[in-house]
Amino acid sequence: MIVELGHFALILAFAVSIFQMIVPMAGAHTGNRSWMATADPAATVQFLLTAFSFAALTYAFVTSDFSLNLVVANSHTDKPLLYKITGVWGNHEGSLLLWVLILTLFGASASWFGRNLPPTLRARVLSVQSAVGVAFFAFILFTSNPFTRLASPPFNGEDLNPLLQDPGLAFHPPFLYLGYVGLSMAFSFAVAALIEGRVDAAWGRWVRPWTLAAWIFLTIGIGLGSWWAYYELGWGGFWFWDPVENASFMPWLISAALLHSAIVVEKRESLKSWTILLAILAFGFSLIGTFIVRSGVLTSVHAFANDPERGVFILAILGIFMGGALLLFALRAGAMEAKGVFGMVSRESGLVLNNLLLAVSTFVVFIGTIWPLVAELFFDRTLSVGPPFFDAAFTPFVFALAAALPIAAMMPWKRATIAKPIRALVPAAVLGLAVGLLTWAMWTGRSAIGPIGVGLATWLLAGAVTDLWSRTGRGALAGRFSRLSRLPRADWGKALAHAGLGITMFGVVTLTGYQVEDIRVAREGEPYVVGAYEVELLGVDENGRGPNYFSTMASVAVRDAETGREIAVLTPERRIYPVAGMPTTEAGINNGFTRDVYVTLGDPQSGGGWALRVWIKPFANWIWGGTIIMALGGLMSLSDRRYRVAAGAAKAPRAGVPAE
Amino acid sequence: MTALRSLILAIALLLSAGPVWAVQPDEVLDDPVLEERAREISAGLRCPVCQNESIDESHADIARDLRLLVRERLVEGDSDAEVVDYIVARYGEYVLLSPNFDGANRVLWILPLILLVAGVGLSAVYIRGRSTAAAPGEAGLSAEEQARLDAILNGERED
Repeated sequence: MIVELGHFALILAFAVSIFQMIVPMAGAHTGNRSWMATADPAATVQFLLTAFSFAALTYAFVTSDFSLNLVVANSHTDKPLLYKITGVWGNHEGSLLLWVLILTLFGASASWFGRNLPPTLRARVLSVQSAVGVAFFAFILFTSNPFTRLASPPFNGEDLNPLLQDPGLAFHPPFLYLGYVGLSMAFSFAVAALIEGRVDAAWGRWVRPWTLAAWIFLTIGIGLGSWWAYYELGWGGFWFWDPVENASFMPWLISAALLHSAIVVEKRESLKSWTILLAILAFGFSLIGTFIVRSGVLTSVHAFANDPERGVFILAILGIFMGGALLLFALRAGAMEAKGVFGMVSRESGLVLNNLLLAVSTFVVFIGTIWPLVAELFFDRTLSVGPPFFDAAFTPFVFALAAALPIAAMMPWKRATIAKPIRALVPAAVLGLAVGLLTWAMWTGRSAIGPIGVGLATWLLAGAVTDLWSRTGRGALAGRFSRLSRLPRADWGKALAHAGLGITMFGVVTLTGYQVEDIRVAREGEPYVVGAYEVELLGVDENGRGPNYFSTMASVAVRDAETGREIAVLTPERRIYPVAGMPTTEAGINNGFTRDVYVTLGDPQSGGGWALRVWIKPFANWIWGGTIIMALGGLMSLSDRRYRVAAGAAKAPRAGVPAE
Repeated sequence: MTALRSLILAIALLLSAGPVWAVQPDEVLDDPVLEERAREISAGLRCPVCQNESIDESHADIARDLRLLVRERLVEGDSDAEVVDYIVARYGEYVLLSPNFDGANRVLWILPLILLVAGVGLSAVYIRGRSTAAAPGEAGLSAEEQARLDAILNGERED
């Protein structure tokens, strides 16, 4: 019964979204205020209906209602409650329902927090947002209905993919979706502004918090996914340039560009049409990401849907929204007169460089991702584009970005001389150079990328500190420290985000360049040395049991090779999930500030002993530490007073939804 | 119930038979230099039956076969390029994770560079436009306005 109500609520929400797409827009055109005003209740109702529908599906999963096709395919009574809940979005249909739930949440928040928007703009924004909703409600209801019943329900389900039964992966899709779908707000604002024919500083100020929120969610989502891959896939990789990863990385890159160009619109009323274009493209890349993941067109680990009908539907959505928005852009962008003027050397130019590098690198990732498809369709060649290509093509952009960032970030608006920021940054440059040289001296014979990367990461980090410190003015240290704590949160946010980037880069470069690996047959009671550590297999328990799996678990002692002091006993494990018939590896990891010791268990060997793989992974945690700091920087910026003042209300933003 | 469980476990074990693990200890070559080369080559070759995994990372049987083949060729004295060619000749260019620079693939490799150059050009033009626009802006008057002002001032002086 509840399931039927959920289904019905979803259909109702579809109907409301059609209404909200048409009536407020018509009202804004004809100047009919009461028509425009319908957008607000409609947005709230749409959200409530979708939330109810989502709750109904969750209820079906929690109670293991095996009359639902989706529950049978993705759940099992033995599954822990947490994974029954996360199983709701661990599949195509449910994840799309989560997608529209978030879409309607953003639409409703635009209505709740957007009271200070001009009424016509608000009506248009909500109407465009609802148009996206119409497309996706139709997609769900016509191709991917989660509420399909089975005529003869089985006794039990087929279980969720065991790889997905992990907190890291379970919570990474919702964050990614919050990011993807958050960019729909920027899109709606861009299209509404094109229809209005007006973009000004206020528009920049309205768009920025939404984009920032989306970017923060994407950052967290990508970080979670990468962290999950690191400890769950069993060889300690953290990024594979998999099409599905790229699908989330492209919106991240381009929303980072949008974030920065919107600052120029807000502060200087320049780069207007470019910012509009970025806002359209950012959501476009989110849709492309959805297409890549949902259609399974570029087959990969994550692609759980493989149905051409769905692929074509999403492609149509992509075509309509991107085609329409870009056409509108072509017609109207000319009217966006830029006001602010600035010199060759200025913050504006620095931000143009930022946008250039981020936008081009987004397209590099895009080309690499779709190239196998292009080659097969047009040149009849089946080929692969993998990590070696992306490493080669993407790294130069990151290095260029890192090299320019600290200088550009300290340049004043309008007109500047490059000498001043450079003088302030001399210590940071010296530090970066020294650390780079030291790295090179310590690990000779490896590629040059390591030392350059380490040096640039240090430069980024030191540059962020310099930037923040330079804002405290001159004078006595005590005075500068007290001013430091009173700096606007936006300044802190900027410095934190840039420093986080440096920290992540440091982790990535050291981990990829300098990890130590050891593969061998380990026997009980025969310790051996790996790097600075002594490793000993203590024993293997082959009869472990979890709630819905069987396990083989080894105990491995890790000691300091010099002193013999025990650091940890790790328990790498192999699991078999009988219902899904799938083996997984659980690595044993000893996390540390400067290194992780990472151990995985292999097969028993015919001559006795077990295959054991041990890695020493330097600075691994810095990758995700930096990611968290980047996200924190974003949050700091988002909580800056200016946005609260702009909101005209003292209400705190709810659950990551930016105040307007 | 436990009997059923053991049966399920037995079936599961059968289904998942074979290594669940990449590079096995028995594959590792004694010569560390050759082994290092083998690892590097393996990281650039795609496992033909996997989804976006190199043979170095893959658990699949065929990936193991390919890893052994790579090592066999290296021990025979092949150069890195010869080993890769050997594998590509048998499994097609699909196994290359970094596509060759030939035919249409040139587009893939050159396009980033073209985009970058075009982007630099466009931004330079834009920034120039913005900074030259600054000249009259700073004077506060356009050329036309300046001319009118001059005319007025001159006219006043003539009066």
